Amino acid sequence: MGYVPDSALKQKEMLKVIGVDSVDDLYHQVPEEVRLKDLNIPEGKSELEVSRIMKGLAAKNVHYSSVFRGAGSYRHYIPAIVRGITSKEEFLTAYTPYQAEISQGVLQSIFEYQTQICELTGLDVSNASVYDGAVAAAEAIFMSLERNKNEAIIAGTINPETLEVIKTYCESRSVKLIVLEGEGYKTDIGELRKHLSEQTACFYVQSPNYYGVIEDVEKLAEAVHEYKARMIEGVNPISLGLLKTPGEMNVDIAVGEGQPLGMSLGFGGPYLGFMACTKELTRRLPGRIVGQTTDSQGNRCFVLTLQAREQHIRREKASSNICSNEALCAMTASVYLASMGPSGLEKVARSCLNNAHYLEQELAKLGFERVSKDEYFNEFVTTCPMDPAVLEKKLSEKEILMGLVLNDRILWCATELNDRNDIDGLIEAIKEVI
Amino acid sequence: MKLLFEESSQGRHLDLIPDCDTPEYRLSDDALRKRQARLPELSEVDLSRHYTQLAKQTHGVNDGFYPLGSCTMKYNPRIDEEMAGLEGFADIHPLQGQDSVQGSLEVIYRTKELLCEITGMDDMTLQPAAGAHGEYTGLLLIRKYHLDRGDTERVNIIVPDSAHGTNPASATMAGFKVINVPSNAEGGVDLDELRKVVGKDTAGLMLTNPNTLGLFDPNILEITKIIHEVGGLCYYDGANLNAIMGRVRPGDMGFDCIHLNLHKTFATPHGGGGPGSGPVGCKEFLRDYLPGKMTGKNENGYYLYTPAKTMGQVRSFYGNFLVVVKALTYILTLGKEGVKEASGKAVLNANYMKERLRKYYDVAYDTTCMHEFVLCLERLKKEKGVSAMDVAKASLDYGIHPPTMYFPLIVHEALMFEPTETESKEVIDEAVDVYVEIYEKAQSDPEYLHSAPHHCPITRPNETEAARNPILKYEWQD
Repeated sequence: MGYVPDSALKQKEMLKVIGVDSVDDLYHQVPEEVRLKDLNIPEGKSELEVSRIMKGLAAKNVHYSSVFRGAGSYRHYIPAIVRGITSKEEFLTAYTPYQAEISQGVLQSIFEYQTQICELTGLDVSNASVYDGAVAAAEAIFMSLERNKNEAIIAGTINPETLEVIKTYCESRSVKLIVLEGEGYKTDIGELRKHLSEQTACFYVQSPNYYGVIEDVEKLAEAVHEYKARMIEGVNPISLGLLKTPGEMNVDIAVGEGQPLGMSLGFGGPYLGFMACTKELTRRLPGRIVGQTTDSQGNRCFVLTLQAREQHIRREKASSNICSNEALCAMTASVYLASMGPSGLEKVARSCLNNAHYLEQELAKLGFERVSKDEYFNEFVTTCPMDPAVLEKKLSEKEILMGLVLNDRILWCATELNDRNDIDGLIEAIKEVI
Repeated sequence: MKLLFEESSQGRHLDLIPDCDTPEYRLSDDALRKRQARLPELSEVDLSRHYTQLAKQTHGVNDGFYPLGSCTMKYNPRIDEEMAGLEGFADIHPLQGQDSVQGSLEVIYRTKELLCEITGMDDMTLQPAAGAHGEYTGLLLIRKYHLDRGDTERVNIIVPDSAHGTNPASATMAGFKVINVPSNAEGGVDLDELRKVVGKDTAGLMLTNPNTLGLFDPNILEITKIIHEVGGLCYYDGANLNAIMGRVRPGDMGFDCIHLNLHKTFATPHGGGGPGSGPVGCKEFLRDYLPGKMTGKNENGYYLYTPAKTMGQVRSFYGNFLVVVKALTYILTLGKEGVKEASGKAVLNANYMKERLRKYYDVAYDTTCMHEFVLCLERLKKEKGVSAMDVAKASLDYGIHPPTMYFPLIVHEALMFEPTETESKEVIDEAVDVYVEIYEKAQSDPEYLHSAPHHCPITRPNETEAARNPILKYEWQD
């Protein structure tokens, strides 16, 4: 029923030292009329009882053996070493590494994470993480604002969850938001040009976008830079095992959801917002950043740095209010990337690509036609030759979570877990239903 | 020690996934990156040892006493971790059909109900991912409420000078102007000064109670009344809820909305700086403005909905769900008596430690404290040249994580201690002995303290150099 170590007797001794009779006496400053008479929650329970309750709740969820749904959250293989390392109690139970002398472990791991994010994105600087990919996108827009540039243009093909968060953030700061419209599954550069102006602070595009399509980021960036605005790209980090980096395409700020890098689906969290940018924008980055320095003996060491941007120093003038971030998720991503190595990451990315294209080909044979011809990574949209709700229910009974239904269409996803056997199983299951 | 990249050896790798068995697909060359990312090439043994070394250079709650004020570094129970790792929680896609996630939705709903009862609120969102994120969400709630009533003049948020730095920063992010209000001689809000700054332009007040000095403001009912009388709302920063849970509720003190830190009060681990979880609760009249993706319950079970006048989403999906699982496990374990026992012991420990230390160090406000207290080392600094920083750094050599330094800003040479309820009398006694020893060292050999710590993996780092010439990633020699 709790984790208080001292007996009543021992507590009495302590009260005596303080010079009061009871713990209640210590609350004498609390006005009488608001003191709580009775807290109306259940009695405490033993560990065994609580574990039965929680296991009962977990059992009420349907756990699918086969998942063809992505749309922002991806089931990948998580190497055993990742959980082994990130469950170490030193990492798990430490606070933000304010005291560098006893926090070199966490600080070095963040420095390594920052290096890996820079390598993945081809950019110069990374922060130590923000809450998730959607918040990272919103924070990147804030980074781009200038005194006379207060408009943000957003591609219409981004993840709707991200768009919701961007809208909330931008409204509170009175940033003018322009969301590109259009029929297609890929951003139309002509549409972008219609809205670019001297007031444009930035353009945000996601690639691969919500529909899986690889956008012409390089061309879009060129147009954006003509107006001295910032190019922000949202990326899937696994795709960067293969795809051209934001840095190679003249992107100024790359952001993304780091969940695919070793984090479980977790019903949406905790996830990891990563952010990287060009050197020029370093001091606009929100949140913690770890830097290398030396100690008084001249040994290499790591510290939280550039803190003049942060809330605990700058208060209302800070670049962001962020304090706690997703440090352990950043470490998870770092261990994941280190365990994969350069070839392992490329192999995961290639498997995603190949499996998705095999899935597309097999689905097409059953009348699920892809709706776009553009190149894609591991997600794509098809028509559905039957009522998608019925299909979803039938497949669910076979422990398969199919693609996400978008009105009358389906957004499919394949990762390295969806190998030939898994895909053939899906196809057989659909044949039985159709 | 070496970085991952310096340990890398070409060709070394782990065999993690099989060769792909579907046909090879080729993207156009233009879509591909020119070279592989320079990730380290290591064996599993290399990795395991690397991180074991890093773990040895990290101090967590499990390594020893961690009285870091304002952070509530209580013990993080293992059962909470185990429950969050259950496949039925950890491997559930956030976009599964609602019929297939009834367990997750029940976790969210039950946690929300328990936390509403503990705080005296009527509804709550679990979407915010951390305390500051919760503050931002709560302020947007306030903003939306005023605007929805056509009250566009309310542009000011009042923040006491003892507040956490996130309060003013969040207010700015939410589009407000920050008005600072000074503290009175007792460390509470100066009522006269507060009356002077309130008016038709007051959107709300942000307050931590007990405040960052560890003091419960006895004028709390008057303070919230002053704000309400001018039409403002009262926001409760829940960072210090651990002192009062089960004993007095923000909702009963006149607060209209609050945030909690599950990673403080409800024992979920900090993870070296996150993930946290910062639920935002509110009174009935604000619930229609809460963020999207709320969980409701009817005769058919649990369902997701978006409130009528929502302020919008602040994060994707439903927040840091697995952190919520841990917090629910913790609350169910403690129950009604456990919650009250925890806050009581937290306050007892702080008062006990303060009582023992005050014979040596000056207490900033020497009265009954709540779960934390602040020492003022100005005298020691003046007489012996030993600063709060020196004392904090010296404690590192004894395996104690230092208290929060130089905060709150209104106390000079401040050290803020929060022992938490999960520490025993013996642990606190040992820590007091350490601080007494440091005090004596300050009298006899202040030089030794200026260069402390002496027995840690590193000595004091050069922070100025780090900021002046930032090295923010590993640079390859080639």
